[in-house]
Amino acid sequence: MASSKHVTFPNKFLPYLLLAPQLAITAVFFYWPASQAIQQSVLREDPFGLSTQFVGLANFKHVLNDANYLNSLQVTVIFSIATALIAMAFALLLAVMADKVIRGKGVYRTLLIWPYAVAPAIAGMLWLFLFNPSMGTLAYLLRSTGYNWDPLLNSDQAMVLVVAAASWKQISYNFLFFVAGLQSIPKSLIEAAAIDGAGETKRFWTIIFPLLAPTTFFLLVVNTVYAFFDTFGIIHAVTRGGPGKATETLVYKVYNDGFVNLILGDSAAQSVILMVIVIAMTAVQFRYVERKVHYG
Amino acid sequence: MTNHGTKLTVAFGILLASSSASFAVTEISWWHAMTGANNEVIETLAKEFNEGQSEYKVVPVFKGSYPEALNAGIAAFRAKQAPDILQVFDAGTGVMMAAEGAVKPVADILSMGGKKFDKSLYLPGIVAYYSKPDGTMLSFPYNSSSPILYYNKDVFKKAGLDENTPPKTWPEVWEAAKKIKTSGAANCGFTSTWMTWIQTENFAAWNDVSWGSNENGIAGTDVELKINAPIFVKHFQDIADLAKDGTFRYGGRVSEGKQLFLSGECGILNESSGGLGDIVKSGMNFGTGQLPYEPEAKNAPQNTIPGGASLWVFAGKTDEKYKGIAAFFNFLSKTEIQSRLHQVSGYLPVTLAAYEDTKKSGFYEKNPAREIPIKQMMGKAPTENSKGVRLVNLPQVRDIENEEFENMLAGKQTAQETLDKIVERGNAAIKQALSQ
Repeated sequence: MASSKHVTFPNKFLPYLLLAPQLAITAVFFYWPASQAIQQSVLREDPFGLSTQFVGLANFKHVLNDANYLNSLQVTVIFSIATALIAMAFALLLAVMADKVIRGKGVYRTLLIWPYAVAPAIAGMLWLFLFNPSMGTLAYLLRSTGYNWDPLLNSDQAMVLVVAAASWKQISYNFLFFVAGLQSIPKSLIEAAAIDGAGETKRFWTIIFPLLAPTTFFLLVVNTVYAFFDTFGIIHAVTRGGPGKATETLVYKVYNDGFVNLILGDSAAQSVILMVIVIAMTAVQFRYVERKVHYG
Repeated sequence: MTNHGTKLTVAFGILLASSSASFAVTEISWWHAMTGANNEVIETLAKEFNEGQSEYKVVPVFKGSYPEALNAGIAAFRAKQAPDILQVFDAGTGVMMAAEGAVKPVADILSMGGKKFDKSLYLPGIVAYYSKPDGTMLSFPYNSSSPILYYNKDVFKKAGLDENTPPKTWPEVWEAAKKIKTSGAANCGFTSTWMTWIQTENFAAWNDVSWGSNENGIAGTDVELKINAPIFVKHFQDIADLAKDGTFRYGGRVSEGKQLFLSGECGILNESSGGLGDIVKSGMNFGTGQLPYEPEAKNAPQNTIPGGASLWVFAGKTDEKYKGIAAFFNFLSKTEIQSRLHQVSGYLPVTLAAYEDTKKSGFYEKNPAREIPIKQMMGKAPTENSKGVRLVNLPQVRDIENEEFENMLAGKQTAQETLDKIVERGNAAIKQALSQ
C-alpha cells in the first residue's frame, strides 16, 4: 500500500538478493582480508610461508616497543594535520573566490575540480618531475637561485614535497563541498550584514565561516582519513619514506615491513592497529561530529 | 601496486594460455627487473630462443625494480601462482637460499635437459656465489657485474686533469673530485649508485677487510656486522665531508646516481659494470677505471664480488616446463650468446669459453672497459673477506644502511655514529629474521 510507512516486500528472498552484491563485495574485500590480517598478526612466518609458528601477541609487543613505529606515528600525525589544513584552507579560499565570480563561473569550477581525477601515484610523479633534484624543472630553478633544494637528503623539504602533492590532490574535493556549502547560505543574511555596515572580512568570519561549520567538520574527518590511508601512492612515488625514515607514515611502514623487508607478522600487527584506528575515527565521525554539528 | 600488477599478470597469463593452448607450446614465464638497454637485451634473447625452436615459448614480464621483482615472485609463490623463472638480485640470494623447498636447484634442471651439467664450464667466482656451501649450484647466473669507475673525459679536460688516467685510490678520487668542483668543470665531483653494495660490500672485499662474521655470511647464516671498523669510518667520513659543499652528491638508494653522471652534473661515478649500456647509449665522452681502493689497506686491491642477478626456478612445476627451462639455460650458455651479451651489456660472461672467445676476437683492446670487472673479480683468489656477502635479509639490512647514510649526508650524524647505528640495527634485524 502506498500510504503505509513501512514498505514491505511480498517476497521473502528478494531483499536478501538485492543486498547480496553489496554483502559479497564487503565480505570479499573487507572481511576476508581483515580476518587474514588478524590471523597473520599472531603468527611468525618466513617470507615463503614454509614454516609457521603461533606467537600470540608477541608481534604487537614488538611493534609497539619499536622506536621506529613511534617515529612513524609522529610522522603520520604531522603529515595528516598539515595535509588536511592546507588542503582545506586553499579549497575554502578558492571556493569563496569562485563564488564571487559572475561571468564564467562554471568554467572556473570545472577547472578547479579537475585535479581530483588524477590518481595518487600520477600526482606523485607529477610533483616528482617538477621537484626531483636531479631532473626536476622547478628544482633546477630553485637550485639556480642558490637555494639548497635537496629533498633526497633534507627531511623537512621531503615532508614539504609530499604534503604539497597530497594536499594539491585533495583541494578539488574540498572545493566541491565548500562551493555547495556556500550556495546553501541564504543571500539575505549576507546582504543584511552588508547593509548594517559589516565589511567583507567581518561578514566572512561572523556569518559565512560559522555557517560552513558542518561542511568543515565533515571535510576535516574525510581529509584526515585521506591523509592517513590514501596517500600511499604519493609517498611511494615521491620519497619512498625517505630520507632516513622522515616520511614513512604508518601505512607506508606496513608496506615496507611486509613487502620489502618480508616481516609478515609485524606488518600484519601494524595493519590490525591501523584497522582499530579507522574504526575509532569512523565512530567519532558518526557519534560526535554528526550529532554536534547541526546542518542548516 | 604489487597486487594490481600480479592480478594483471594473472589475467594476462590466462589470456595468453587460452589463446595459445591449441598450439601445444609449453610456455615459460620469466619475471625480470631489467630496464632500458638491458630490457631490450632480454626481449631479443627471448625472441631468438622462441624462433629457434617450436616446443617452448619464453615470455618475459617486467616486474619493476630488483626488490619489487623479488617481492612479486614471493607474493606469487604464496598465492600458488609463482612464475617459472624469477630474476633475483644479488642481495636476494640469501632470501632465496633460505627457502629450500620453494626453489629447484638449477644444477638439477640443467641435467634434465639431456646433457650432463658441467660446472667447470662456468666462471668459478660467480658459480661459487650462487652455490650452496656443499657446492650445488642453485641459480643460473644471468647477469653478473662488478662495480667500476666511470669518469667524464670532457669534465676532466676542463678541470685540468689527465683525461687518460682515471684515479686509482680513494685519496686520488677525492683530489680529482675537489678539482672538478673548484674549477667549475662540473657542479659536483663524485657520485655513486648503490652505496650499500659498492661502498660497503665491495669496499670490504676489494680492501680485504671483514664486512661481517662467518665469512660475510657465506659460511653460515649467523652474522654480526663489522662495518663500523676504522677503515669504513674513515671512508664514510670522507664522503660526508665532501657532501657538505656538494663535491659529493647523493642520487638515491639504488641506481639514481647514474642520472647525475649522464646529465653532466657529476664528473666521476661509481656504478655497476652493467650500467655501461646506458652510458654508451647516451653518447657521452667517458672513460673507465678499476674500482678505487684504500692505499692503507694491506692487501688492497684484493678482488671485487659479483653483483647483478641470477635466475631462480620455482619448485613444483611440470617436467615438461623444466625441460624447456633447461633448453633455455643451455641456449643462454652458448658461447656466441654469452659473448654477445657480455659485449653489448657490460655484464660478465658466465662461461669461460665466452671470455676466451671475446679475448681472442681482440674486443678488449678496443673496449678495455669490458675487461675491468673480469680482471677485478678473477685477479686474485678470494679470501674469507671477498667471496661475497650473504644474509637471509640483506635487502632489509641495506635499507637500514641507506636510511642511516641519508641521515649522515644530511649532516645529522658523524660517520662513526652512522656506522655504529647500522651495526646495532642491522644485527637486531638479522637476529629477528633468523628467528622467523
